[in-house]
Amino acid sequence: MTTAAPAPRHLGPSPGQRRARLPADAALLLIGACFLLPLLWLVFASLDAGAGHQTRVPGKVSLDNFAAVMTPGLLFQPLWNSLVLSAGTAAVNLVVAVLAAYPLSRYRSRFNGPFLYAVLFGTCLPITAIMVPVYGLFVQLELLDSMPATVFFMATTTLPMAIWMTKNFMDGVPVSLEEAAWVDGASAMVALRTIVLPLMRQGLGVVFIFVFIQAWGNFFVPFVLLLSEARQPAAVSIFSFFGQHGAVAYGQLAAFSILYSVPVLALYVIVARGAGSSFALSGAVKG
Amino acid sequence: MPVLPGSRPQPTPRTQAAFRRRARLLPVVPAVLLLLVFLAGPVLWAFHASFTNAALTGRNARNPGWVGLENYQRLFTDPVLPLSLGLTVLFVGGSAILGQNLLGLTIAVLMRQARKPVAAAVGTAVVAAWVLPEIVAAFAAYAYFSRDGTLNQLLGWLGLGQPDWLYAFPMVAIMLANVWRGTAFSMLVYRAALDDVPADVTEAALMDGAGAWQRLAFITLPMIRGSIATNLMLITLQTLAVFTLVWVMTAGGPSNASTTLPVLAYVEAFKFGDIGYGTAVASVLILIGAAFGAAYVRLLRQGKP
Repeated sequence: MTTAAPAPRHLGPSPGQRRARLPADAALLLIGACFLLPLLWLVFASLDAGAGHQTRVPGKVSLDNFAAVMTPGLLFQPLWNSLVLSAGTAAVNLVVAVLAAYPLSRYRSRFNGPFLYAVLFGTCLPITAIMVPVYGLFVQLELLDSMPATVFFMATTTLPMAIWMTKNFMDGVPVSLEEAAWVDGASAMVALRTIVLPLMRQGLGVVFIFVFIQAWGNFFVPFVLLLSEARQPAAVSIFSFFGQHGAVAYGQLAAFSILYSVPVLALYVIVARGAGSSFALSGAVKG
Repeated sequence: MPVLPGSRPQPTPRTQAAFRRRARLLPVVPAVLLLLVFLAGPVLWAFHASFTNAALTGRNARNPGWVGLENYQRLFTDPVLPLSLGLTVLFVGGSAILGQNLLGLTIAVLMRQARKPVAAAVGTAVVAAWVLPEIVAAFAAYAYFSRDGTLNQLLGWLGLGQPDWLYAFPMVAIMLANVWRGTAFSMLVYRAALDDVPADVTEAALMDGAGAWQRLAFITLPMIRGSIATNLMLITLQTLAVFTLVWVMTAGGPSNASTTLPVLAYVEAFKFGDIGYGTAVASVLILIGAAFGAAYVRLLRQGKP
């Protein structure tokens, strides 16, 4: 077959595909509607002063629910606790994962393979299963209700994934740039700080946000490890709030949920824009 | 893996070189310490504590006594264990392996045929349920399936029966909720995998007159079988660990009708205060997770030359 110019491969859908478009559109829209329905309740109930379980367009849109939950004790303290926990977890992860990833990425060693596979195996352990033993461990070490200890534990649960992602990002930084610094006598840590890290800023941002989102949404770990109300993050305080006022305050619950969810939705959009929507899988799937 | 040439020092005694090679691994130490203390530690402690009568409060909380296999004997004669194991298998099989996996694949395939804006909008809706904090997703699902919730409103409009899902069919409700919550992961995996299938392969099949289903079954699916296996492993492990969704929606009830293993471990340890028995349940769950984890690591190693 000869053509004047090689046809670009992705010119557009073939006729067969074009015919399939309408049914595909319809099926997808139906699926999408099913996924949106449960969320619709959240939005409507938050704007409805007399909300219940039902999804209904509020007769009178009011911000009363938001006003009711926006008090220091109910919303701001728990959100601050969530921020401290999540930012602490992400920071610990970033530092430890960068340190660990550097030798794994730069030097060949018999230790690398087994270590990486052990770490990968660590990502597979069901964290909910180890919460009972972790509670027991924290009781024995008298670490219960301690924010730093909870941060370090939460950091460890996401660390395997963070190490894999960081190593993959670091592998993408060409070694040739470091060689010059090595010749000049810079130590490995200096080369890491001045050359490698600035070049993988974006990757570091992805790892930080990825861990932050996970920690922000984590309910079970702080639920088990943090007992005093003053230390509980929003995920836990919303649960006790629901338990105490559940029968009447659905609108407030929805308003609280929305205020609590907005930060992670925003962070997700930032990362998805910058790194493609499959960012979260870069560590797990591409290996 | 890039290796720095010239990082080896000038001729030095062999011991010194060996020492240097070790020293290069020093930065890994904090990671190893954290993993040992907070991950390996609790797992080992779990196996140990499951042989004791450790309790949440009281005398046995301070000085747990060794009870040998008592917890396991109790566990394996407890009628709740087979029930809970069965419910966990049903939950993982129904909501992850069938539900999330097939729906995720379907959405990914449809997205390639649909108009771009439609695909983008639906992708956002699916991902939204996944990105939300799990407790918020659980509340939304609870409201959706409750007696006068959205689902029954819909069924009412259609003139169908309106059961109390969370009491009459708790497993159906939490399985559907988990499909809603987790399908985004499979969708993202399959979208990435389908994008990697070279267009000329499917075009060649099209030239040969293969229909859409034939192309999917005999060309596309075999080409992405690596991604399918990876996805199945990961969603199995994720679903095995689901606690919050079940806890908020049904708390394992009514009368254990939706008590999956993580819920059982939690209830035994914290509601009934029997840490020893709870860790025995947790140990079973850890072993199941470890078996899948080992299979997953093997799979990845085989995939690499």
